[in-house]
Amino acid sequence: MTTSTRGATKTPAVLVLEDGRIFRGRAYGAVGETFGEAVFSTGMTGYQETLTDPSYHRQVVVMTAPHVGNTGVNDEDPESQRIWVSGYVVRDPARVSSNWRAKRSLDEELERQGVVGISGIDTRALTRHLRERGAMRVGIFSGDAVSGDADLLAKVQAAPQMKGANLSAEVATKETYVVPAIGTKKFTVAAVDLGIKGMTPQRMAERGIEVHVLPATATAEDVYAVDPDGVFFSNGPGDPATADGPVAVMQEVLKRGTPLFGICFGNQILGRALGFGTYKLKYGHRGINQPVQDRTTGKVEVTAHNHGFAVDAPLDRVSDTPYGRAEVSHVCLNDQVVEGLQLLDRPAFSVQYHPEAAAGPHDAAYLFDRFVSLMEGQRA
Amino acid sequence: MPKRTDIQSVLVIGSGPIVIGQAAEFDYSGTQACRVLKAEGLRVILVNSNPATIMTDPEIADATYVEPITPEFVEKIIAKERPDALLPTLGGQTALNTAISMHEQGVLEKYGVELIGANVEAINKGEDRDLFKEVVEAVRAKIGHGESARSVICHSMDDVLKGVDELGGYPVVVRPSFTMGGAGSGFAHNEDELRRIAGQGLTLSPTTEVLLEESILGWKEYELELMRDKNDNVVVVCSIENFDPMGVHTGDSITVAPAMTLTDREYQTLRDVGIAIIREVGVDTGGCNIQFAVNPDDGRVIVIEMNPRVSRSSALASKATGFPIAKIAAKLAVGYTLDEIPNDITEKTPASFEPTLDYVVVKAPRFAFEKFPQADSTLTTTMKSVGEAMAIGRNFTEALQKALRSLEKKGSQFSFTGKPGDKYTLLRAAVRPTDGRINTVMQAIRAGATPQEVFDATKIDPWFVDQLFLIKEIADELTAAEKLEPELLAEAKRHGFSDAQIAEIRGLREDVVREVRHALGVRPVYKTVDTCAAEFAAKTPYFYSSYDEETEVARREKPAVIILGSGPNRIGQGIEFDYSCVHASFALSDAGYETVMVNCNPETVSTDYDTSDRLYFEPLTLEDVLEIVHAETQAGPVAGVIVQLGGQTPLGLSQALKDNGVPVVGTSPEAIHAAEDRGAFGRVLAEAGLPAPKHGTATTFAEAKAIADEIGYPVLVRPSYVLGGRGMEIVYDEVRLSAYIEESTEISPSRPVLVDRFLDDAIEIDVDALYDGHELYLGGVMEHIEEAGIHSGDSACALPPITLGGHDVKRLRASTEGIAKGVGVRGLINIQFAMAGDILYVLEANPRASRTVPFTSKATAVPLAKAAARISLGATIAELRAEGLLPAVGDGGELPLDAPISVKEAVMPWSRFRDIQGRGVDTVLGPEMRSTGEVMGIDTVFGTAYAKSQAGAYGPLPTKGRAFISVANRDKRSMIFPARELVAHGFELLATSGTAEVLKRNGINATVVRKQSEGEGPNGEKTIVQLIHDGQVDLIVNTPYGTGGRLDGYDIRTAAVARSVPCLTTVQGLAAAVQGIDALNHGDVGVRSLQEHARHLTAARD
Repeated sequence: MTTSTRGATKTPAVLVLEDGRIFRGRAYGAVGETFGEAVFSTGMTGYQETLTDPSYHRQVVVMTAPHVGNTGVNDEDPESQRIWVSGYVVRDPARVSSNWRAKRSLDEELERQGVVGISGIDTRALTRHLRERGAMRVGIFSGDAVSGDADLLAKVQAAPQMKGANLSAEVATKETYVVPAIGTKKFTVAAVDLGIKGMTPQRMAERGIEVHVLPATATAEDVYAVDPDGVFFSNGPGDPATADGPVAVMQEVLKRGTPLFGICFGNQILGRALGFGTYKLKYGHRGINQPVQDRTTGKVEVTAHNHGFAVDAPLDRVSDTPYGRAEVSHVCLNDQVVEGLQLLDRPAFSVQYHPEAAAGPHDAAYLFDRFVSLMEGQRA
Repeated sequence: MPKRTDIQSVLVIGSGPIVIGQAAEFDYSGTQACRVLKAEGLRVILVNSNPATIMTDPEIADATYVEPITPEFVEKIIAKERPDALLPTLGGQTALNTAISMHEQGVLEKYGVELIGANVEAINKGEDRDLFKEVVEAVRAKIGHGESARSVICHSMDDVLKGVDELGGYPVVVRPSFTMGGAGSGFAHNEDELRRIAGQGLTLSPTTEVLLEESILGWKEYELELMRDKNDNVVVVCSIENFDPMGVHTGDSITVAPAMTLTDREYQTLRDVGIAIIREVGVDTGGCNIQFAVNPDDGRVIVIEMNPRVSRSSALASKATGFPIAKIAAKLAVGYTLDEIPNDITEKTPASFEPTLDYVVVKAPRFAFEKFPQADSTLTTTMKSVGEAMAIGRNFTEALQKALRSLEKKGSQFSFTGKPGDKYTLLRAAVRPTDGRINTVMQAIRAGATPQEVFDATKIDPWFVDQLFLIKEIADELTAAEKLEPELLAEAKRHGFSDAQIAEIRGLREDVVREVRHALGVRPVYKTVDTCAAEFAAKTPYFYSSYDEETEVARREKPAVIILGSGPNRIGQGIEFDYSCVHASFALSDAGYETVMVNCNPETVSTDYDTSDRLYFEPLTLEDVLEIVHAETQAGPVAGVIVQLGGQTPLGLSQALKDNGVPVVGTSPEAIHAAEDRGAFGRVLAEAGLPAPKHGTATTFAEAKAIADEIGYPVLVRPSYVLGGRGMEIVYDEVRLSAYIEESTEISPSRPVLVDRFLDDAIEIDVDALYDGHELYLGGVMEHIEEAGIHSGDSACALPPITLGGHDVKRLRASTEGIAKGVGVRGLINIQFAMAGDILYVLEANPRASRTVPFTSKATAVPLAKAAARISLGATIAELRAEGLLPAVGDGGELPLDAPISVKEAVMPWSRFRDIQGRGVDTVLGPEMRSTGEVMGIDTVFGTAYAKSQAGAYGPLPTKGRAFISVANRDKRSMIFPARELVAHGFELLATSGTAEVLKRNGINATVVRKQSEGEGPNGEKTIVQLIHDGQVDLIVNTPYGTGGRLDGYDIRTAAVARSVPCLTTVQGLAAAVQGIDALNHGDVGVRSLQEHARHLTAARD
């Protein structure tokens, strides 16, 4: 989908939204054309983590923070093996990298990985537009890809929609791999990779968990083949309404009563497994400053989010499900969106946001401890 | 859980006078807090000695005590008001120290007052270096990050010398405990420096304690602002990165928000450490800031310090993010949790989140070294700046260049013309951090320095260095371009270039560049500060300009009034002007206008987004103001622009605004000229039949000499169009006159030097008045305590005047009216008179709000600035009287006989400055203003009011003990009666031989002590300076001996500053102090709130 040639900083570039709004700037990263769903991320730090988060697959990410690339690119911070965003929109890219860990510059990295971007546009105007009109398809064009506006718009309107997209398999591992426990191994967890971020198994490994990361297509047999103390469902891109396979696997896990933890897409899967619906948010939650309240303790945590879909579950009551009573455990205080679910009669819970926090605050790291407690409880 | 129900009344302690390190930001935070508490239905009792604050406006609290912030006075207030709780975290170090001291004395316990906001243990853990080190160690044990610089605590010079060895040698940092704004701290590179800095630090520290620590000079420096509620929810409101690396006090650094050069991992480490610290310290309902140093080579993080209270940085962070820290701290203190408090800006989301910015904020400090030529201008860990400007842009370059032009100081903007100079010389100069180092760096870049060379010299982060290169490259393109193409012009504007800079580069006039720019359609848009990077809609119109695509200024219906603020605080133009602007905003809002504030000072109440209907956080240059006027004109009707309340900054724009078709309301630019231009003003005086001291204007030495010869020495010389007596001097002879003209670089035919006859021994009088074209309202008459020749801003004064009679006031009124009418004032005017013999001379007139407006307003309980704003927009004094904004009858010149006496005293920054040898700077007052702030003492008689003003400014006057007297010959007569009074009060007098002889002849015994120049006596008799240092002197009277002798008392006066011994440098001050001592020794000094004073005054008027 993307083509690349080394672009001079002054190469013109055009960003075209599916509703016809156009922004003109300069090429950033690779020169060429790209399409995706336009979303904005409000994090001021962590661009490397954002770019490599598989949940951003097929999305064009608009950074609201104007300066991006200041600390260059290092080899420790990526959340996966490659950049997943389909396009990158930045106002003021750095010209030099300044950090003792930096190995190369961000625009070199974008270009190396063929990621088409645009810089120098009014990213705030674009963000406000997306906020008012909702996330929508977008195209970025630079170099030879630039043609008449009507032509570009037609191309954008022909690109696939995010709603109804089944993308997990495109980003997940093809082969099972194991992340060993750090220190003494206490538990084994089967993690279904729907687009998992590198920090997630890391956070589990730090707690003595050996993590078997399984492909998105893993079956219940595959899961139980590793004899897990707990099962984990990761974050990932796409529309949860399409994730029938993982939903079925999870229902089996719930049936067996194995301790279960889900993050992001995993939360939506749990929602579906329990019989709740999911829906697309107007413009999603993407940032690292979102206030989430843990309804079990009343405490507020500042959390990292990256989700365009959410679970539709009642906030004001406990729901009966085929697996016993369930309740909304976490809620976003900005807009009352469901941010976590838990079963009251079985050892299962999930959150819509990112306790692994890469990038983002570590406030929600306790959730991994909660998972450990569930597994300990099951053993006892 | 909502607010606590067990608290019905709260005492809030303010921060007192504006001093370096503790400025208007505490008025901003205190005002917010008082409003919040009052809105919560609590009875708010406030104490603050600073009248030039919004928080001391009678509407803000229920009982407002303009009384000294000392444990003694605060106890009196507590005894009278019996508050349930005391909130000490919003009044800076002053409030915190006072609260701790009252806790230690058992006062709080005695009256059952609960400390809220921070408990004593938390305050101590945060402030005490030993305890804080333990906190950091505990945090490291818990989360594995954060450490303290290796250090040693010392209580004596022996400890200090040993400590250096333990740390592995020089350089070391010296930090005294419990001092404000880092007072007394610094770097010692050798033993001499160490003895000096640590010696002073031990003295300054109330616990005689200093900390020596390893040097982390050149590391990256960061600050986090955090808040925590009683449920242990913590948020990081803002990260701030210092452009100047470690070694420069953060108050003196250029700072940037958000942090620009941290990866998420590093940022989250700082955040984790910060949160663990606020928990460990135990700040459970409120805010704190934590400073970090990060080693650029390996990321090692050192926690430098924390302030368990609202601070200058939190004010900056509030303005930078739109998250009102003080307001929320006050709500947390009375029991709310963060998730229960709505975010004002979005209205829909809660305060329990972390603001995210889609713009860059740059703060730049404003210094006043030109006022203290002796002072060492090297920046260290002791704060020396007197103010700051903040700017917001969509990128760093835009914000930086806006901040630099907001400083309004010659040479503060980058210049790209002329030869830059030698690269190596410039790089060497850039090693030393000082005012304008960034400009030196830019010149070095122009001279060919590489990024590496700049980094090696300055340790400024390479990313910032590259941004400077970027600016320089654009300047090069502007220079090289054949013509100003729209793309290049837009690009230059996007990186913050002003029209003036572009004009300079292109050899054009600024207005020509502007015309071209407008013709090409290159204009700024206005974006909103919304806390959330546009994720949610903002309800608060808090704007900044940027050369971007889409503007967010909404249309409006009501006519708007644009009020131009006063920019960064500086000596001569401080918080007093902000006070007047804020009042104008309130009054005009009440009168049905939409108010639009323009200012760039983050410390102020005017730049609170709550103050006006719209806020533009913008530089106050002609270009920036014209663009705002344009934007607002597009948005709806503009009734006018007010320039006369923000001091000289907006006043200076008046004519140019009018020339550009902007409706300037109030006093017209022509009238301003009539008051400021010597010739025109002379004609006004002549027509009104009023005398001025003989004077002339000169542009050369020959002209100046001719004038001086004619009118006779001494003469008072000064540049025209300045504020705060900048460059003003009393010249006693021709040699000095010649030197003065030579040193004055700013003299030109359009800016001549003024030469006036100097009136020796005159009484100086200040008048604030309102004039509407028909009627005069005399706001107040202030009689200066010190003689004419001492800048009015540095002189103490009394209102009502203490030695002027009804006849004198009548003459003052007639003269004021004559001038107001002759000049054509519509609004406020301030006139300075001098009464010499029986002649009333007019010294100068300022057709604008003066520094004394808040004082006059508070002393007479009449809101002069509000009235001035209304008059500017066409209201008459008669109408305002009818409305009740002004008293129905009478004015500030006719106060009832039993009206309270208010005394204003200036506060000087002497203790902040050292010369390059490390000695204090001289404390003699003169015609150039050097005070940073003021306090007010108010009571029924002058003596008590004066004593209160001294207690508020410098600490209480002594009521017994030893007084040292040494006066100039001309003062010897005037000294005798006060000296006798001192003896009558039981003081033992010490004097140098000459003064002792005169006293003896008049029957007053004084012990002769040795002068410093005489050295220690043969039997170990100490010199006066040694005695002062030993703490054996309680009061010092030392008047300087004319020009040549001005240095004689230098050692005495600097010793007085070092030991905080009251030091009077004029005989008038001595006379007033004696009255004060008399009042203190006769009966109990009480406290009375402004509301009580006002009720009394209103009753007396009716």
